[in-house]
Amino acid sequence: MIVTGALAAAGWLSKLTDLFAFTSVTQSVKKLEKLDPWFNTVIALIGIALVCGVADRTMPKGRGDKAAMGGSLIKTTTQKKFWLFLLPVVCAFSIGFIWPFAKGLFLSFCKFKTTSKFEWVGLSNYAKAFQDPSFVHAFWYTALFTVVSLVLINVIAFAVAYVLTQGIKGSNIFRTVFFMPNLIGGIVLGYTWSMIFDGILSRFGTSILLETKYGFWGLIILMCWQQIGYMMIIYIAGLQAVPESLHEAAKIDGASKWQTLWNVTIPNVMPSITICTFLSLTNGFKLFDQNLALTAGQPFLQNADGTVVKTTEMLALNIYNTFYGQNSAARGTAQAKAVLFFLLVAVISLVQLSATRKKEVQS
Amino acid sequence: MKYFIKNIVWDSVLSFFVNLKNPEKRTKALLTILLTIVCILYVMPVVIVLINSFKLNTFVKTDTFALPTGEMYAGMGNFETGMTFGNYPFWKSVLYSVTITVLSTAAILLFTSMAAWYISRVDSLLCRVVYYGCVFSMVVPFQMVMFTLSKTADTLRLNTPWTIPVIYVGFGAGLAVFMFVGFVKSIPLEIEEAAAIDGCGPVRTFFSVVLPMLKPTMISVGILEIMWVWNDYLLPYLSLDITKYRTIPIHIQYLKGSYGTVDLGAMMALILMSIIPVIVFYLTCQKHIIKGVAAGAVKG
Repeated sequence: MIVTGALAAAGWLSKLTDLFAFTSVTQSVKKLEKLDPWFNTVIALIGIALVCGVADRTMPKGRGDKAAMGGSLIKTTTQKKFWLFLLPVVCAFSIGFIWPFAKGLFLSFCKFKTTSKFEWVGLSNYAKAFQDPSFVHAFWYTALFTVVSLVLINVIAFAVAYVLTQGIKGSNIFRTVFFMPNLIGGIVLGYTWSMIFDGILSRFGTSILLETKYGFWGLIILMCWQQIGYMMIIYIAGLQAVPESLHEAAKIDGASKWQTLWNVTIPNVMPSITICTFLSLTNGFKLFDQNLALTAGQPFLQNADGTVVKTTEMLALNIYNTFYGQNSAARGTAQAKAVLFFLLVAVISLVQLSATRKKEVQS
Repeated sequence: MKYFIKNIVWDSVLSFFVNLKNPEKRTKALLTILLTIVCILYVMPVVIVLINSFKLNTFVKTDTFALPTGEMYAGMGNFETGMTFGNYPFWKSVLYSVTITVLSTAAILLFTSMAAWYISRVDSLLCRVVYYGCVFSMVVPFQMVMFTLSKTADTLRLNTPWTIPVIYVGFGAGLAVFMFVGFVKSIPLEIEEAAAIDGCGPVRTFFSVVLPMLKPTMISVGILEIMWVWNDYLLPYLSLDITKYRTIPIHIQYLKGSYGTVDLGAMMALILMSIIPVIVFYLTCQKHIIKGVAAGAVKG
């Protein structure tokens, strides 16, 4: 054990000295590429640890709220254990998120088939993405799907939550049943429902894979079935947090049930509405598993110019198919699509959050 | 079940007729009856899967809603074919799914709670950077990092069920760190200061003072992560070495993808076998799950 460890360390050390005995920068970069990826990663992680260690001693300026943040008693002793508390997450975060994200962003400007061989092409990937009819179609299809499912899921979930908080019998059992589909995975759900839809539609001599509208409404029904329970739980938590005194005050003032609901209850559950609309919006846009399992984009439509549009394909699936489809030269375009997709989701989340937060009541 | 039918449904039907003249009680009784019907419809898909898992393949498509009687009945045949369906033993994928879920969730809970405590107590420049990085990672869809991440996983040998938790910690850190930081900030500092004065180092302060207080948040984060990891399809599909390791969703997707005509009966048997543990888990920790989701959503 110790011997092999020492040998490995010696090997790395020789590589390290080899690395720094360079004559030019390009040469050393080429040397770096030839090395074992493990070696590079370890060097990179040690670098990250050193940079982090330095950055960790730098305090942010401005906020002087010493009472709320750790005083020196906790802070200085904890800071010595930086490598134990923070470093594991920083390393995993670098491997699992920061590096793939940065490399993905960079590769969207390149032509590539594998991540190691790339050629800078500027913005042409983005131009190709916008010219791709299947991508444009997927965008509008996803947008339509998201809006319809957002409205349906939230209205039904709120109605169910409202009914269940009125003190009717069996509320707990209903709640349990409605939440259950949430724990079943998207792939399993997709195949379950495709069997059910095909069972119904086969009596009329058709199938969910043959008509776009069946695929669309099928996916809506599936998502409602899955998501209503989740949103309902959040709405119930929100509704139970509304103080009873407000309802009583409204009653004394002679408000009708609808008036109470509209003017007292809904403004007070606005935080829950924010969260639920946010969740169903991003869930709708990011939907992948259910889409893949239910229809996988079928039926396909052949355009006059030979391009194929998969009519029930959503954005995430479109990006996936471009990446791993027949044409591996289109990976640059796929990465550009992915960046556009990310920007879209990020902008929507930000706009939606700030828009709904304004409407919340301070209680 | 018996209790449910006897005490809730029957009582409601009775109270509907008894209280015909009392509108409030009447509506409540009516709502219970209505919701019962909706509930029955709601569990129907699972029941249909159950029915079809005992049906011969040829009848699944034509008689989806019929009970498996007479010539349709396949006995345990579907389950037997399902176990080795697609030349891959099903128990193996169950084993891998369990391994990945348990290891990833444990790693996420341990490491992110430590990081979150450090972030909110030390509050240095680095802490801010890491924190906002985590918040940022929550809005990034997986498709953005998909290709490069699968390549990274391959080169770093993170493609086995025992090493893939590293990726899960990295990609799932966002939500967990966010929720833990939110909670740690509400813990009064005095408790930890008292521990420090009594001679606890930071490690002991965290593990014997802070960690027990984090338990409710641990449960909600843990449940959200379990739900995510167990059902995740794309991340393990792209990162794992598919020839050797398949999780349950990958296995089921493979059956449909690689064969022109699928043995639907066997597929339903597999789906049933993958749903049952989930439902059992749900019914046993139902209270925690619902609480966890509500708490997680309010903070998220």
